[in-house]
Amino acid sequence: MSGGLYSTESNDFDKTLDLTKIKPYGDTMNDGKTQVSFTLPVPKGEEAIEAAKQMMKKMGFENPQVVFVQELMEGFTFFNCYGNSIHTVDYTNIHVPKVESTTMDMHETDDYIKENIGRPIVVVGASTGTDAHTVGIDAIMNMKGFAGHYGLERYEMFEALNMGSQVPNEEFIAKAIELNADVLLVSQTVTQKDVHIKNLTELVELLEAEGLRDKVILICGGPRISHELAKELGYDAGFGMNKYADDVASYAAQELDRRLNSK
Amino acid sequence: MQSSKLGLDFEKVGYAKKVSEKIANNVQKFVDNYTTVAVERTLCRLLGIDGVDANGVPLPNVVIDELKDKGVLSEGVMFFLGNAVIETGLDLQEIAEKVATGELDITKLPVHKSEDIQKAIKPFVDQGVDKIKNRTAKRDNYLNTIGEGAKPYLYVIVATGNIYEDVVQAEAAARQGADIIAVIRTTGQSLLDFVPYGATTEGFGGTVATQENFKIMRTALDKVGEEEGRYIRLCNYCSGLCMPEIAAMGAIEGLDVMLNDALYGILFRDINMQRTIVDQYFSRVLNGFAGVIINTGEDNYLTTADAFQEAHTVLASDFINEQLAIVAGLPEEQMGLGHAFEMDPDLENGFLYELAQAQMTREIFPKAPLKYMPPTKFMTGNIFKGHVQDALFNQIAIWTGQGLQLLGMLTEAIHTPFMSDRYLSIENAKYIFNNMKSIGDEMEFKEGGLIRTRAQKVLNDAIDLLEKIDKEGLFTALEKGIFADIKRPLDGGKGLDGVVEKGTNYFNPFIAIMNKNLK
Repeated sequence: MSGGLYSTESNDFDKTLDLTKIKPYGDTMNDGKTQVSFTLPVPKGEEAIEAAKQMMKKMGFENPQVVFVQELMEGFTFFNCYGNSIHTVDYTNIHVPKVESTTMDMHETDDYIKENIGRPIVVVGASTGTDAHTVGIDAIMNMKGFAGHYGLERYEMFEALNMGSQVPNEEFIAKAIELNADVLLVSQTVTQKDVHIKNLTELVELLEAEGLRDKVILICGGPRISHELAKELGYDAGFGMNKYADDVASYAAQELDRRLNSK
Repeated sequence: MQSSKLGLDFEKVGYAKKVSEKIANNVQKFVDNYTTVAVERTLCRLLGIDGVDANGVPLPNVVIDELKDKGVLSEGVMFFLGNAVIETGLDLQEIAEKVATGELDITKLPVHKSEDIQKAIKPFVDQGVDKIKNRTAKRDNYLNTIGEGAKPYLYVIVATGNIYEDVVQAEAAARQGADIIAVIRTTGQSLLDFVPYGATTEGFGGTVATQENFKIMRTALDKVGEEEGRYIRLCNYCSGLCMPEIAAMGAIEGLDVMLNDALYGILFRDINMQRTIVDQYFSRVLNGFAGVIINTGEDNYLTTADAFQEAHTVLASDFINEQLAIVAGLPEEQMGLGHAFEMDPDLENGFLYELAQAQMTREIFPKAPLKYMPPTKFMTGNIFKGHVQDALFNQIAIWTGQGLQLLGMLTEAIHTPFMSDRYLSIENAKYIFNNMKSIGDEMEFKEGGLIRTRAQKVLNDAIDLLEKIDKEGLFTALEKGIFADIKRPLDGGKGLDGVVEKGTNYFNPFIAIMNKNLK
């Protein structure tokens, strides 16, 4: 398995960076080196290794190397592979929709709200539907927050209610009406079989049916949620991995300001 | 006198257990006077009532809903069923079926003498008890012939949603060396007030717990176990609104490990505390009798509260859970008390504190097969670092002699495990368990050092907390948010309307037969 260790293969590719044609980087510009691991439903053997190489080629890799092979059980074999990607991407032509707000810290956000809105912002949050995970909504809302970022409950200018997990969409909306919420936060952790998509879509439909959709800032979050997906589903914003209460609070404050005071 | 590597004062430990016993006994005074719809449905199942009606409603639900609707649940289902046996001469399954079709109203029959009722139902009680005894004997036979893996048992989950796909995943895991296969339940099942029926192939984030699914997986694991020469344990979840029913189904189908923790349901599923504490008692009696190892859910406190600051709440809860298990006659050897490796990886000397707490838990509950949970909260999607975090967790487990090792997955926080993820986790644990096998015998901890000091502090803090809980009572303490920073009201949460005070005719003979603590 040491084929790649002292490689004598020719290196006659262009080694200058061209942002219109970028490739994965191993240790040389444009080498395309990529690591991939997967399991094939076949028994371990020479045929299995050949199948893995062919699979790599179809995935767009030249010079596929199978560096580790392990039979997981009879009829299932696991591979670690390396290959050189033949594909390129034009980096100069990429547009990703992003949440358009400046992230401020807790005190800045509180000051911003005092100055521009003049009253606390009411936020209702929940992990809705059958989702039993509170880790996401807790990280954003609970006093303690997560990884040093305090949650909305600690903000002076947020009145935050965390309804916890497995909250039906109907109950969630009823609470939003009762508290006259400015912002709704929905967390979705379980994404198996796209259950989160169905649930998030249902919430938007219910809000529309109640005539509430335009009256609230609707935000969803979770490890598999992107702003782009959120927009597609009819949300105002989406927050994924590595986003904290600061990001959500800053966005909510600035968006509400924009809506209330749009010049 | 037990010796401590941590310089723990075992008189303090003994005192903590005394205080916890008082807390548990106060809870039990409440439990003894109440029953629930779930407890009564469990009795139906133990008496052999199974199947569903024309609308797919499980017959135990049909019978108990009938008693509840007529306002006579307080007398208990055994009373009405026993009486119906005398009146109709039918067996209990036939009676349940006739209740379902509306042909029979068991609440309107002439009432017989209580001795006669108890006598009439006794053969069904004996049958139910024998069924569980036979199952337990089968497990014992496997353990005596093909044997089992060494502790810490390697515990992995399967969660495809489809029981037949789960079987494939479970078989692969068992062949790679797993000792315990846990079939994660479909999300939200803990809040269903009935147990679905039959084999199922659709679930979200897990597979529906049904008696048929239990049977399918048990059969598959027995086959793999025979081939591998190692008994493979099966784990499921008797928590939530059907806690004792699932315990009964597990006892009948030969499950070996059950998540079983009322405190978890109260805090994390918002189940009413009165309901679930009554349910828990009967479920623990059943688990104790059936030789099932229970797992408690203290590790979950640390997913919301800070693992370093709140370590004493985990220990305090373990103390209480131990006593609530003793009350139910569950032997120490079946107490999978929970704790976890959940400190922030950026914490300086975090490994030492985790080591201190794991060793402390080991010494305080010497016979318990402690359930040790892997890092989850600080798993990020960086699978390479995640694999290292799991390796540190495995080192502490072998060092401190943990019982059930819930293997961490490098892909935690990304997806339910791939077949290959499980392989990598098992390989990680086996490597470390073998390579560091005797480290616990070789290493001692410096007097006055970080590790000893940490363990002693956590014990002291836990004792302070237990004294507070004892003063207020467990229910009030939960109302004040003593665990996991979560507050739950006595009359809030789900399932309270399924709780009734026992009436004068109430009887449940299974408790006396099964609870070894009452003998």
